[in-house]
Amino acid sequence: MKILLMGNPNVGKSVIFSRLTGVHVIASNYPGTTISYTQGFMKLGEETDEVIDVPGTYTLEPTSEAEEIALQLLNTGDIVINVVNAVNLERNLYLTLQLLERGIPVVVALNLWDDTKHRGIHIDLDKLRELLGVPVIPTVAVTGQGIKELVENIPKAASPDTPVHSRDERWAIIGSIIDQVQHITHRHHTWLERLEDASVKPLTGGIIALAVLASAFLVVRFIGESLIGYVLDPLFNNLWAPVVLKLSNLMGGGGFLHDIVVGKLANGEVNFVESFGLLSSGLYVPLAMVLPYIISFYLVLGLLEDIGYLPRLAVLMDTIMHRLGLHGYSIIPTLLGLGCNVPAILATRILESKRERFIAATLISIGVPCAALQAMIFGLVGQHGGQYVAIVYGTLFVAWIILGIILNHVVKGFSPELLIEIPPYRLPPWRTVLQKLWMRTYGFLVEAIPIILGAVVAINILYFFGVFDAIASFTAPVVSGLLGLPKEAVTALVIGFLRKDVALGMLAPLALSAEQLVVGSVVLAMFFPCIATFVVLLRELGMVNMLKSAGVMISAALITGGILNLIL
Amino acid sequence: MFDRNQITLARMQPGHSGIVVQIQGGHGLVNRLSALGIMPGKRITKISSMLMRGPVTIEVDRVRVAIGHGMANKIIVKLD
Repeated sequence: MKILLMGNPNVGKSVIFSRLTGVHVIASNYPGTTISYTQGFMKLGEETDEVIDVPGTYTLEPTSEAEEIALQLLNTGDIVINVVNAVNLERNLYLTLQLLERGIPVVVALNLWDDTKHRGIHIDLDKLRELLGVPVIPTVAVTGQGIKELVENIPKAASPDTPVHSRDERWAIIGSIIDQVQHITHRHHTWLERLEDASVKPLTGGIIALAVLASAFLVVRFIGESLIGYVLDPLFNNLWAPVVLKLSNLMGGGGFLHDIVVGKLANGEVNFVESFGLLSSGLYVPLAMVLPYIISFYLVLGLLEDIGYLPRLAVLMDTIMHRLGLHGYSIIPTLLGLGCNVPAILATRILESKRERFIAATLISIGVPCAALQAMIFGLVGQHGGQYVAIVYGTLFVAWIILGIILNHVVKGFSPELLIEIPPYRLPPWRTVLQKLWMRTYGFLVEAIPIILGAVVAINILYFFGVFDAIASFTAPVVSGLLGLPKEAVTALVIGFLRKDVALGMLAPLALSAEQLVVGSVVLAMFFPCIATFVVLLRELGMVNMLKSAGVMISAALITGGILNLIL
Repeated sequence: MFDRNQITLARMQPGHSGIVVQIQGGHGLVNRLSALGIMPGKRITKISSMLMRGPVTIEVDRVRVAIGHGMANKIIVKLD
């Protein structure tokens, strides 16, 4: 049996989902699209049932691609658990009525039930059950209250005979239901609501945004550095290095195969960044340099998402984003891009027009370095001092703004307007936060590690056959003349197509000056997307727009790199 | 149908409340707004608006919704 969880956005659907299912959840893409949904399993009596967390939707008359997918998923389901926001029954019942009209068995989870009490909302549950003709279970997903009753009532899901209505008829029916079941008493605003409102007012909102973003940055760095300094570096240096050295001795300390597996030793020691073997850099770069930042970034981002802060940032940024041809909501894919460009570009699907998606995706590919690349920028450029890291970020930010303004003028069309719900602040349960963190971290591990190991082997083989020397002499005028980098750096730029973190690591043994490292990092970040991002861009934008986007990237990277080389 | 108590949402003062009387837009806009619970007859309170023609935030049925300035210009509200 296939159970669908459906409801408006921001009603706690995902929290109910994680309560119903175990830890083994899978994020899947709907075939032929990039809208993802989460899938899990639950025990119901003797049998195991599939549970699907359907993307949030206000109506079954789709107004966006996510809502179209919700509709298609609905056709494959056997039972719907309709998660309804008890605080805003009226609007939520619109979807409930539409579900009932389709004749699929429904059970209603009246979530956020605890909120109704201190908001002065009284709901007559028996009357609501009678009027809807389906089980209605009050739940508080965050604490788990009501989940047991919800599970017990799944077999009692009902599909009362409901004729199909027009939009106005539905609202009229809902109005009459609300009159009969809901009673609201007046009450005063709580301090939390005042804080919620402060975050969307110009002055206080700006201050809150700066404080939130600054602390997010500090926490990400603190957790990332602590993981590296206290956990991963000691593990690699004290436990793993002796093993690799022993293996190196066994393999004779040198040679083609030795260099692929262990890498080149420096004074008889393993240098995990520079050795470039499968078991040295191939493991150290993804696990000890990048993974800690992936974990800390996604932890903080997940918290900001689940607390409900991000839509407020969208409101604050709306005016600025309009100058770039986007609206405020595009700040969310952009922030995601600081983790990984792939989900960020997929997330541009929430934007309405092709034009916006083109601008947002191009800007993310150029100006938003992923966590893997950032980890390496901190690791390598940071050795020369924080001011150089600041130059890299400042340059990328300025390039992002300038390019956005240019694209807004050049690309035909206009930018549509913001229309989003601002959810109240909520304290997410750790279970949900950790489940999401695990899914994202696992995604990084299975996607990145094979590519990194493959890249290490490929680099060693290409080195061996002198392929890079050929490319290096061919492109030397641009790389040395325009960017002021040694021609060996070409290898890194080429490898940047596979993995940018590995590529930046390849600049490490070249003994570059701080200024050259800055130019190298900026050009690597802007130049061309990594292969995974490239594939997604191609799928999202199509061949023609992808080529346009790539053209913008290459010219922007060369111009910015050239300017940096001149002024630094 | 000039009424001096009627005003666009964009021009309303933050903190003021009123009833939506009309949405001066096409079918698409009316649909998108009604999905979020904003339609004629609804009581709304304006919470804030961002500077430089930024979005307007309102409360409708205890839910907060942010609306672009252009859309807010098309929503006509009868003030209390």
